[in-house]
Amino acid sequence: MLESQGTQPLRQRTGVLFVLVLVGHLILISAQVQSGAGVPVLEAATFGAFSRVQLAMAAVLGVGRHGWGNYVALRGTREENEVLKRQLADLEVRLQEQHALIARTEQLQQLLSLQKGTSLPTIAAEVIAGNPNPGIRSVTVNRGSRDGVMTDMAVISPKGVVGRVVGRPAAHASRVQLLIDSAAAAAALIERSRAGGMAAGVDDDPPLQLQLVSNLADVVVGDAVVTSGDDGVYPRGFAIGKVEKSERGHGLYRAITVRPAVDFSSVEEVLIVLVPAKPAAPRPESPAVPAERAK
Amino acid sequence: MKVAAVIVALLVALALQSTLAGLRIGGTTAVNLVLVVVVYGALSFGATGGLVIGTMGGLIQDALAGGLIGIGGFAKTVVGFLVGWLGAQFIVTQPLPRFVMFVGATMVHEACTQLLYAVVEARGFRLPYSATLTQAAVNALVGVLAFQFVEHGPQLLARRRSRSASLGRRHY
Repeated sequence: MLESQGTQPLRQRTGVLFVLVLVGHLILISAQVQSGAGVPVLEAATFGAFSRVQLAMAAVLGVGRHGWGNYVALRGTREENEVLKRQLADLEVRLQEQHALIARTEQLQQLLSLQKGTSLPTIAAEVIAGNPNPGIRSVTVNRGSRDGVMTDMAVISPKGVVGRVVGRPAAHASRVQLLIDSAAAAAALIERSRAGGMAAGVDDDPPLQLQLVSNLADVVVGDAVVTSGDDGVYPRGFAIGKVEKSERGHGLYRAITVRPAVDFSSVEEVLIVLVPAKPAAPRPESPAVPAERAK
Repeated sequence: MKVAAVIVALLVALALQSTLAGLRIGGTTAVNLVLVVVVYGALSFGATGGLVIGTMGGLIQDALAGGLIGIGGFAKTVVGFLVGWLGAQFIVTQPLPRFVMFVGATMVHEACTQLLYAVVEARGFRLPYSATLTQAAVNALVGVLAFQFVEHGPQLLARRRSRSASLGRRHY
């Protein structure tokens, strides 16, 4: 037993000595031999072996660095990410608010300019509600009888005609029939050729037609359509839209469609013209607007 | 005393080997006396002794040969260590196991040498089997005879002396 314990280290020492001697031999041989590139094999082998070691070390360090950088060092990233996401959401909401504020400011500026630019008495109103019935295109504004609003008063915006007040206004609210409603109409004319007609809402695209315009009238696509003031509701000269299609009709009148100047889907601020409606006066050069249709 | 004997044996083997260098079979020297001494030393002194003897003998042989120093040393170191280790694992006291050991040692030595040359000269490994086997047989024969001579020679000499002495006293 003692002998075996004593011989074990001796064998190990012999093995180590054997390996050392062999390595010494290899070094000795390598020092005498040159590689194909003229470099001593010892140097080439040493460099090659050491470069392998360096590669291995670099790989190990790379793995460690990768692990540290992508895992260990990112321990708090999840919480940070959540905080940043919340901040981003808040900022997006605030940005939307700022955009909305800018848009509202611009609208108000345009409305103010319109109010100052026209000689008509007007009052600014804010659209506070739409109509729940999709068949009827009307909105509710926050001005009523206490503000001087009356039935059939015209409602305009910086872009053009919006509609008219319909029904009996409440004290602080009124219902406005949009010009594109299928029951709405306004006396109109082609600004360029002064050809008269009636702009009426239709359930189509575009939602306005210029009716009662003679086939002989000069109407081309792109012509501006404005109010003529003949219906006694809308003041003269306010934009209604532009001619999008103008064709010769089957009967006496042309088939004309009009793209509205006002984007009725985003009407928020309007002006109510505080001038009571007057009876319609037929114009000799253009067909008269039927009173019941206009109203 | 033993170390001195090994060194002397190595020197004698080297001298004889240089003398017998012209004796070649198939491009390989027919006998490698230095290798015989290495194997003998390894079987006698174990792995460490075989390792040291192999290293010394191989390096000296390489230095005298004028080629790359270290190839013979490497091969004989491997042989000396392996033979010494195997000699400690098995009973190698009879002529036949010793013969096998010499043959195996020669094969390993030649394989190591050819392998190293193949690496150094960047060529394919090739082992001249017939010449190597011949050298192995000759080495084994020489080695076994050497063992026999060393182990039994003194006894034979003593017996012959005693016999001659007894005959000398019989004077009628």
